[in-house]
Amino acid sequence: MSAVPTTSPPQDDTRRRSPLAEVLFSLLRSRTFLVGLFIVLFWVACALFGEHFAPYDPLADDIINALAPPSAEHWFGTDQIGRDVFSRVIVGSRDILTVAPLATLLATVAGTALGLLTGYFRGIVDDVVSRILEAFMAIPVVIVALLAIVALGTSKATVIVVIGLSFAPIIARTVRSAVLAERELDYVAAAQLRHESALHTMFVEILPNVIPPILVETTVRLGYAIFAVATLSFMGFGIQPPSPDWGLSISSNYGMIGGGFWWTVLFDALAIASLVIGVNLVADGVHGALND
Amino acid sequence: MTLFLLSIMVFLGGQVLPGNVGRAILGPFADQRAVDALNHTLGVDRPLLTQYATWIWNFIRGDMGTSYIFRSPVAPFVIDALGNSMKLAAVAFVLVVPIGILGGVIAALNLNRPLDRIISLGGLSVTVLPEFVTGIILILIFGVWLRWLPISAAWPKDAGFFTQLYYLILPSLPLFLVLFGYIARMARSGMVEALDSDYTRTAVLKGLPWRTVIWRHVLRNALLPTITVIATQTGYLIGGLVVIETLFRYQGIGSLIFTAARGKDFPMLESGILTIGIVYAVATLIADFLYSVLNPRIRLGSDQ
Repeated sequence: MSAVPTTSPPQDDTRRRSPLAEVLFSLLRSRTFLVGLFIVLFWVACALFGEHFAPYDPLADDIINALAPPSAEHWFGTDQIGRDVFSRVIVGSRDILTVAPLATLLATVAGTALGLLTGYFRGIVDDVVSRILEAFMAIPVVIVALLAIVALGTSKATVIVVIGLSFAPIIARTVRSAVLAERELDYVAAAQLRHESALHTMFVEILPNVIPPILVETTVRLGYAIFAVATLSFMGFGIQPPSPDWGLSISSNYGMIGGGFWWTVLFDALAIASLVIGVNLVADGVHGALND
Repeated sequence: MTLFLLSIMVFLGGQVLPGNVGRAILGPFADQRAVDALNHTLGVDRPLLTQYATWIWNFIRGDMGTSYIFRSPVAPFVIDALGNSMKLAAVAFVLVVPIGILGGVIAALNLNRPLDRIISLGGLSVTVLPEFVTGIILILIFGVWLRWLPISAAWPKDAGFFTQLYYLILPSLPLFLVLFGYIARMARSGMVEALDSDYTRTAVLKGLPWRTVIWRHVLRNALLPTITVIATQTGYLIGGLVVIETLFRYQGIGSLIFTAARGKDFPMLESGILTIGIVYAVATLIADFLYSVLNPRIRLGSDQ
């Protein structure tokens, strides 16, 4: 996912590395991209190695010190059964950073395939599939998710599939419009004249040339996937206890904020906020770099 | 089309997948005969197509079925909840549409100056945040620390219009923030394009006062795409309502669906979702109509 494939033909020596290098260069010069990348990498590091530098076990309770306000021992205080909020916030990045990227990956793969099919064949395939996709897009993701999760039961896999499939039509639409422009170009006609199979033309000839819009759409979708996973976890339909997930922690603690226990929810809320904004800054940077 | 698809999805999700409804209600230790009898009373032992037809037909006639949990007709619950949700959505919309458009227009008139940067970046940041996150932070600031606003949207009985409004301000703010970014961005890009166009230059060169140029020429063209965006946001708004109503313990259609989903109260769940689908379809229709009224180039029913 991290490497941008070179899109130019290999025999053209002067242009061989330049598009990729240019994109990387403008990415590194974009301040929004770098800030976003820093935030995202910080949370990725927390997700990978969180328990090594978290001061306490995020799941260990300590009833005597329950609901302690922030102090020197517990920087972010403790929750209702005495778990250390600081440790929970650090390790809480893990589940959302597994589920959201996997859902985005699923959406990208399914959406790209659908977009290539509808854009390449047009005609009746396009009409039928596009109408169905449009209808799907009109239904709010939360509603689809609610229905599917009630029917199928809650698990990380359900959340991934639901979000992945709800986002696939949106990616399909982007890919389709890119393919519609590509298929009129000479190289596609050349492939068709060589009697290449439709699959070969779609995936080997056209796909590499529509990678940039797919990449942009994928990073944007990742932001929405985090939004959706966090929301579903908050509603109790996403990541399940005892995970220290942020949305889940907020949902189990927000009932008490009337009593002034702000530290049990504020830091989780800020963590979600920073991750979502970080991903969106990265998306903004990628969009800018690929469209200049 | 969307409605049809939604109804099928809702139907399959709600009636087929839970398996044995009678067993689900009566629990695993109930007598098999009791389960069969309940299944027969509920009609879930009939062929699928018949069930679907009956369900849709009853829904159209206003009979939404009987709640598994409350053992009473669903319709009054749904209608009440829809009314409450509309109040909340109305407050959010009345706040966000003028302010969002104004924000976008101000940003465009100050293109690339600090004010534009603040509005655009600020709008982008709040738009991408989940509602429950902004909701929690707003509750902490205005409800817990400053104590200006109530943290729950459940107003006392017989509350007047202004009391209700007072209770609705905090819940509507997260919706406002998410929508603000979208609307301001659309208004801004529409304005930028319109300001850059030939007709604007003509109007300016004709010697019209700047104010007239903005009002008569720029705004009218700039706001068309914004209207479409506002309409497409209805779908989003409904998703947002589910979250906000849960967070603020507000008896709206969103929390109705949420509670029904948790309690596996399928008639309630299905009716709630189908009602939302209808609201959405109506909103889209109104948007199309508004668009054609404002844009003389598109008229309904004309062949290109």
